[in-house]
Amino acid sequence: MEETRTVQVDLGNLMALDSSHHFPSLPSSRFTLLEELIQKCLEKGTELVQVVADALFNLPSTEDVDGPIVKLPPPTTKLPREKHLPKPKPPTTWEMFAKAKGIKNRKKDKIVYDEQTGTWKRRYGYDRVNDDQDVPILEAKATDEVGSDPFAVRRADKKKRVEKQNKNRLQNLKQAAKDHALPSHIQLAATALPITGTQAAPKKVSKDELGNVAGLAATATASGGKFDKKLPGEKKPKHEQKHRKFLPVAEGKGQGSKEKEQTDRVLNKLLSKNSHEILNVDKAVTMYNVKKEKKRSKQKRDSSSNSSKLKPQKKVQKKPIKKGSVNKGSAKKGKSK
Amino acid sequence: MMNIKTPKKGRIRRELEKRAPKLVETGKKTLILQGTKTSGLLNSVLTEIYHLKKESSVRYTRRNDNVRPFESGGDTSLEFFSQKTDCGMFVFGSHSKKRPDNLILGRMYDHHIYDLVEVGVENFKSMESFVYDKKLAPKMGSKPFIAFVGEGFESVEELKHLKEVLLDLFRGEVVENLNLAGIDRAYVCTALSSNRVLFTHCALRLKKSGTIVPRMELVEVGPSMDLVLRRHRLPNDGLRKEAMKTAADKPKKKEKNVSRDAIQGKIGKVYIPDQQLGDMNLPNKAKGVKRERREAKMNKQANGHPTKRQKAGSD
Repeated sequence: MEETRTVQVDLGNLMALDSSHHFPSLPSSRFTLLEELIQKCLEKGTELVQVVADALFNLPSTEDVDGPIVKLPPPTTKLPREKHLPKPKPPTTWEMFAKAKGIKNRKKDKIVYDEQTGTWKRRYGYDRVNDDQDVPILEAKATDEVGSDPFAVRRADKKKRVEKQNKNRLQNLKQAAKDHALPSHIQLAATALPITGTQAAPKKVSKDELGNVAGLAATATASGGKFDKKLPGEKKPKHEQKHRKFLPVAEGKGQGSKEKEQTDRVLNKLLSKNSHEILNVDKAVTMYNVKKEKKRSKQKRDSSSNSSKLKPQKKVQKKPIKKGSVNKGSAKKGKSK
Repeated sequence: MMNIKTPKKGRIRRELEKRAPKLVETGKKTLILQGTKTSGLLNSVLTEIYHLKKESSVRYTRRNDNVRPFESGGDTSLEFFSQKTDCGMFVFGSHSKKRPDNLILGRMYDHHIYDLVEVGVENFKSMESFVYDKKLAPKMGSKPFIAFVGEGFESVEELKHLKEVLLDLFRGEVVENLNLAGIDRAYVCTALSSNRVLFTHCALRLKKSGTIVPRMELVEVGPSMDLVLRRHRLPNDGLRKEAMKTAADKPKKKEKNVSRDAIQGKIGKVYIPDQQLGDMNLPNKAKGVKRERREAKMNKQANGHPTKRQKAGSD
């Protein structure tokens, strides 16, 4: 009873562990005692193997030609994995679209009736139905262009469709590669199998970038590349800043000095911007007069004058500002609502 | 622009599929290799470990200058070899004055070193030195019994680690069905002290005992050696957690419509949805059939029953 308590058995691995047994320290005089020690170990090992075998042979077995076969329970000792868990493949663009639209996959027949030959043929693959290469005659359509070969058009169309599908496939695989869920047999050629994950794929320079570099090199000349002879296909250097325009100073035929007009326009703009500050003399004079009148009447009534003197002035200044702020606030509120 | 590269031959494709990560792993391949210098003893140790696990190991016999698993930078080529041979474990032998007859057992996770145990080999006895009835000799690839004896395997950290690594190294393929006629070997590992383990390989002799369970008898067939613990390196916690994930860890879906009864046993409810005839596929929905229908329609038109569309056209 005591033994079974201390022996741990992992039947899935056919393993047994006896953690109670303790051996005395190594013998000093070797040759005689070492043999004894090994013998002891073997005895203990035999016991353990017997314990595992007891459990193993008592499992329900099925008879086979080669011998009795038992179903082992899964191992209980947890050991680390060798590789990460396989990651689920991300859905392709079509699969996502189909899900959003609720498109269901319908089974199609493998064999289809071929109208041209009057036989049943496979839908895809060798000797397929409606094969472009089997069509001897194409009926002319009203939309056909004169001089174009309808067979060539068909072939070109087919080629285009295949190319488009390949492009889509690559796009989906790239997405899968990003999620580390690329199928094991597929390799994207630009990323060679990284050995330790340190090597990055070399970046390919695009056509536009190359053009920009060529433009930069051209600016090394005195004219900034303006009067350089261009190679066929070479573009003008990129102009980063604003284009300045210098107008003629002298007056031309039927028109005044354009430069003067421009400067005038600028000046007017500036002046009009600050026009509200310019003094309206008449208004100021009347206001001054009114104030004076009021002051006099107040002075007659009571002696305290200084505070009353200031108040109306303040009010006059404040009112328009307040009004504006209130208006703004209300406008904002209206928007937010 | 990227290019899709796929193997042109089916054999290569199947080989790559074998290497892909799997939901349930059934065993690791072992890479057996050596460093710059080895001793004769170590050579035979490595060869015999290779013989023990011949069906699932790769033996590199050249010397490797830049493999030092415990040092930083000494693991690059080891990881490369692991990737190349698709091995999840390695046994690395080296011999130096400081560490004579040194054996490093290590495991890999995603072709990166997971953990390491370093042991020295002493009192080595090779397979040839044992005399026994050759009929008992274990067959290649048979599932072994593994017995660990000694309290050290529970209490001492290093021995606990070594036990796990030895189990991983020698347990063979993880199988569901086992043929009882095929069990013929056992490994016995005994912790003699806190840093010494006796490792032996035995054949099994099954004797009649009168019950279903036969009486087991161990016959030492070798190799046998003492493993003296030296250095060891455990994985960090994050890596361990990542590597211990199994498919079974994922929460199982609740079993619906199944109940259990003491008398009736397992009871299931079956719901039959309404039959939707509109969505159903016809047993023979070929194009030819459709065509016939179309032709019939055309005939009808010709006979003088103009359809709506035709009317609109005439107007």
